[in-house]
Amino acid sequence: MKSRHKKLLLIAVVVLALGAVAALVLNAFQSNLVFFFSPTQVANGEAPMERAFRIGGLVEDGSLRREPDGVTAHFRITDTAKTIPVTYKGLLPDLFKEGKGVVAEGRMNTGGVFVAEQVLAKHDENYMPPEAASALEQAQKAQQTLVAPK
Amino acid sequence: MSSANWYKYSSPATFYSLAGRMIPWFYAAAAVLSVIGLYIGFVLAPTDFQQGESYRIIFIHVPASWMSMFIYVVMAVWAAFGLAFNTRLSFMMMSALAPTGAMLTFVALWTGALWGKPTWGAWWVWDARLTSELILFFLYIGFMALQAAIDDPRRADRAGALIALVGVINVPIIYFSVRWWNTLHQGASVSVNKAPSMATIMLTGMLVMAFAVWMYAIAAALSRARSIILERERNSQWVAQLLESKE
Repeated sequence: MKSRHKKLLLIAVVVLALGAVAALVLNAFQSNLVFFFSPTQVANGEAPMERAFRIGGLVEDGSLRREPDGVTAHFRITDTAKTIPVTYKGLLPDLFKEGKGVVAEGRMNTGGVFVAEQVLAKHDENYMPPEAASALEQAQKAQQTLVAPK
Repeated sequence: MSSANWYKYSSPATFYSLAGRMIPWFYAAAAVLSVIGLYIGFVLAPTDFQQGESYRIIFIHVPASWMSMFIYVVMAVWAAFGLAFNTRLSFMMMSALAPTGAMLTFVALWTGALWGKPTWGAWWVWDARLTSELILFFLYIGFMALQAAIDDPRRADRAGALIALVGVINVPIIYFSVRWWNTLHQGASVSVNKAPSMATIMLTGMLVMAFAVWMYAIAAALSRARSIILERERNSQWVAQLLESKE
C-alpha cells in the first residue's frame, strides 16, 4: 500500500471514529434535543412538569374557542391518542388552524390545563396549488363514503 | 486515462489558465438558470394551498441550504485529498470554497427567518435543524478565521483541513435532524426514498434554482482559487511571465 493511500485510509478511519463519537453524544442528549413533547408523552409524565416545556401536535377539530376579550383562546392539542387542553392569551399565527400542526410553549397548571406563553404553527412539507388541495380533499371524502357503508 | 494527466491539472499554473477559461461559462449558466428559476418560482408557480404567497421564499431558501451543506462536504473531500496526497491545489480549492459556503449558509438562515415569521410565528427557534445549520455557519467562520490567523500557508492549510474534516460530521446531523428529532422545521419535500411532496411546477422552479446556485458556487470558488494561486505563487516564474505578458 502506498503511503498516501495509507494516509487517506487513516483520515477515513478518523472521520468515521469522530462520526461514531458524535452519534453517541447525540444519542445521550436525545431528550434535550427534542423541541416538543407529544400529548401522549405528556400524559405518560415524560415532560418536565415543574418547568416550561413545549407540546406539539394537531389542533383538535372543533376545539378552538375564543373568549369575548378577543385575545384569549382555548383549544386542545391532540396526537390522535391523547389530548391536552391549552389556553393562550395573545395573537395566534396566521397558519394556526383546526386540524393543523401546532407547537405551544408554556406550563401545566394544577388543573391539567396547559397555559401557553407562545404558540407556533407547524406546517408540513407539502406544497400544492389550492385547486389540487381541494381535489385531494374531495377524493379522500369520496373514498371515506365508499368505505363507510361496510 | 493515465494518472499523469491528472497531475498536470493539479499543477497551479495549468489550473490557473483552465479555470480562467471556465469561469465565464459557469457565471453565464448561473445567470441564465437564475432568470429561468425565478421566473418559474415567482410568476409561473401557483399560490400554495396553506401558506399562500409566503412559501415562494422556498425558491431561494432550499437551494441555498442544500448548497451550504454540499459545499462543506466538498471542502472536507478536498481537505482529505490535500492531507493524503499533499497537493497544494486541493487545499487552495478548500479555502476558495469557504466564503461562498458561509454566504449561502447565511442566506439559508436569513431567508429561513423571513419565512418562519409569517408561517410559524417566530423568526427563530432553537430546534435541531436551525441550531445545527447555525453551527455550520460558525464552522465556516471558524475555518476562515483560523486560516487567516496562521501566517505560514502550509500550517494554515493543515489546520483548516482539520476543521473541515471534523466539522463534516455536522452535515448529516443537519440533514437528518428533522427525521431524528421532533423539530418545528418541516421534513424534506424532496428526498431519494419518496416521491416529492410538491406540485411539479414548484419542484421544477426549486431544482432550476438549485442548479443556478450550484453554477454560481463553482464560478465563485474558481475565481477565488485563481486569486489564491496568484498570491501563493507570486514568486514563481510562471506568475512573473504572466505579469509581463499583461503589461
